[in-house]
Amino acid sequence: MSAVFEVINLKKAFGGLVVTNDVSLSMVAGDRVALIGPNGAGKTTFVNLVTGALKPSSGEVRLRNEPVTRIGPTGRVQRGLVRSFQVTRLFQDMTPAEHVGLAVLQRTGKSAELHGNFLTRPAVMEEVYDLLERLGLYSLAHRKVREIAYGQQRLLELAIALALKPSVLLLDEPAAGVPQSDTGRIEEALANLPADLAVVMIEHDMDLVFRFAKRVVVLAAGTIIFDGLPADVTKDARVREAYLGSYANAGLNA
Amino acid sequence: MTEKTNSTLAAGAATTRSRLRAGFIKRDLYGFAAIVIVAAAGYVLFPDNLALLTRIIAIALLVLSLDLVTGYCGVATLGQAALFGSGAYAAGILSAHYGINDPLLMTLGGIFAGAVAGLICGIVMLRAHGLPQLVLSIALVYLFHEFANKASSWTGGSDGLSGIVLDPLFGLYEFDLFGHTAYFFGVVLLLIVFTLLRIVVRSPFGMLCRGIKEDPVRIRALGASPHKAVIKMYIISGAVAGTGGALSAISTQVVALDALSFTQSAEALVMLVLGGTGSLFGALVGTVIFMLFEDFVSAANPFHWLTMVGALLIVVVLFAPKGIFGTVQDLLSVRKNTTGETRP
Repeated sequence: MSAVFEVINLKKAFGGLVVTNDVSLSMVAGDRVALIGPNGAGKTTFVNLVTGALKPSSGEVRLRNEPVTRIGPTGRVQRGLVRSFQVTRLFQDMTPAEHVGLAVLQRTGKSAELHGNFLTRPAVMEEVYDLLERLGLYSLAHRKVREIAYGQQRLLELAIALALKPSVLLLDEPAAGVPQSDTGRIEEALANLPADLAVVMIEHDMDLVFRFAKRVVVLAAGTIIFDGLPADVTKDARVREAYLGSYANAGLNA
Repeated sequence: MTEKTNSTLAAGAATTRSRLRAGFIKRDLYGFAAIVIVAAAGYVLFPDNLALLTRIIAIALLVLSLDLVTGYCGVATLGQAALFGSGAYAAGILSAHYGINDPLLMTLGGIFAGAVAGLICGIVMLRAHGLPQLVLSIALVYLFHEFANKASSWTGGSDGLSGIVLDPLFGLYEFDLFGHTAYFFGVVLLLIVFTLLRIVVRSPFGMLCRGIKEDPVRIRALGASPHKAVIKMYIISGAVAGTGGALSAISTQVVALDALSFTQSAEALVMLVLGGTGSLFGALVGTVIFMLFEDFVSAANPFHWLTMVGALLIVVVLFAPKGIFGTVQDLLSVRKNTTGETRP
């Protein structure tokens, strides 16, 4: 199977400080990868490089065999690379239906149309209600976001991302800030993600990582120190070192 | 998790859709009717002061245009009169220099010039954000002002542009000394613009712009370019402001440099904040209240009227930060909710 998403020798340095060093990653459709690493390992920088918010010093990002390193963030979204946010970024005065509707319209190239309320467009709304229903948000479709629970807002983030029909989905701590009672709903939604979607999840909660991921990538001091099965990750000596101590030195021998 | 069959889902969607559509049309009709009633009341109550009423309409168009970029897109500007003045001068110059005296053609000229000015201002303004953006807008309106001042062979400079002659509207209605025709022309223009803007602000594009105002990062993550959308809104805003400028040129038959001034821009912003940003009704309410208050208070106390205007503003900003319309709307919806009615 050919890779839908490839990162090749990605490197980013701020002055003399190398924050991402020679990172390579390749994913096929249906992959479920968890990207983990101690604080300051360079996970956020990695997301920013991949989504186009930051320009890499060297290296390449490819989506479905097309190099996108020189394409801006919006162009990468249009080509199927979609991210979610660690802290929800939603419009407080808008409804879930409006959020998802806007995403559907954007995907179909109709978000710049000057006429017709999309809440009255049958084709768009059918898809919107369908997505909201799948994530258990149907009954909240026309409530303002400020009135719905945080766990439901996280689900809405997922609905928006899915409405863009991505081929690669980057989830930045999808369960962050969600009360324990609601994490089950999030996990259920993650388990029901489309089978052919390649998903990278950044997560600290190791229980969630083990349940979700088929492959774990560990980043420490800007370098990938482990890429393999979840069952092997806790046995790996370098991973233990990175998490349990002396990881400050990892940058020196990298 | 709820189990719904596809047919009940679709049926539910269809009823929601028709209910929402009915709601939108009802609110549009209310708005339309409110403008007609206020316009008629003005005509009956102030028959000798139609010039003031027409001026209120022209400024209302300017404030509406400002609402589009500030209230809907979150662009801070103190230079909106650049677009208004461009429209006024274009309409005036068409008549005074080219002998095109048809009011409709003059209005079209004003719309076009306003849109072009909107494009220019939009491109320049979006190079910056926040405070630098505000300063750029002030710089722009001064540049437009100075340009009009220097190009005095076209604009009449500080003497103002005179020599505007008007053909009868549709070849039938003379623009009379009392301003009846100009007033009706203005009311019709306002109704057309208001209806079109209602469509625009709740279109997908309008929703996109509201999103940009709240969180451009989110919009970019959807794959949409905030930059492109705001420039498009600036062009629309320019066309609206240009309509107001043209109406002002047509109704007074002179264009003064004031039309392009920083003061006019700042006053428009004050009116918008007074009425409530991010709502077309807010823009209209703010303009009408500010201008009537200004007219009334300056007649009652010619020396201290500005103090009164200042006091009114402080009261509104402190006690009704959403503006007069926004606050009244909130109060009404609270009452509605307590009586058991829910909004869709």
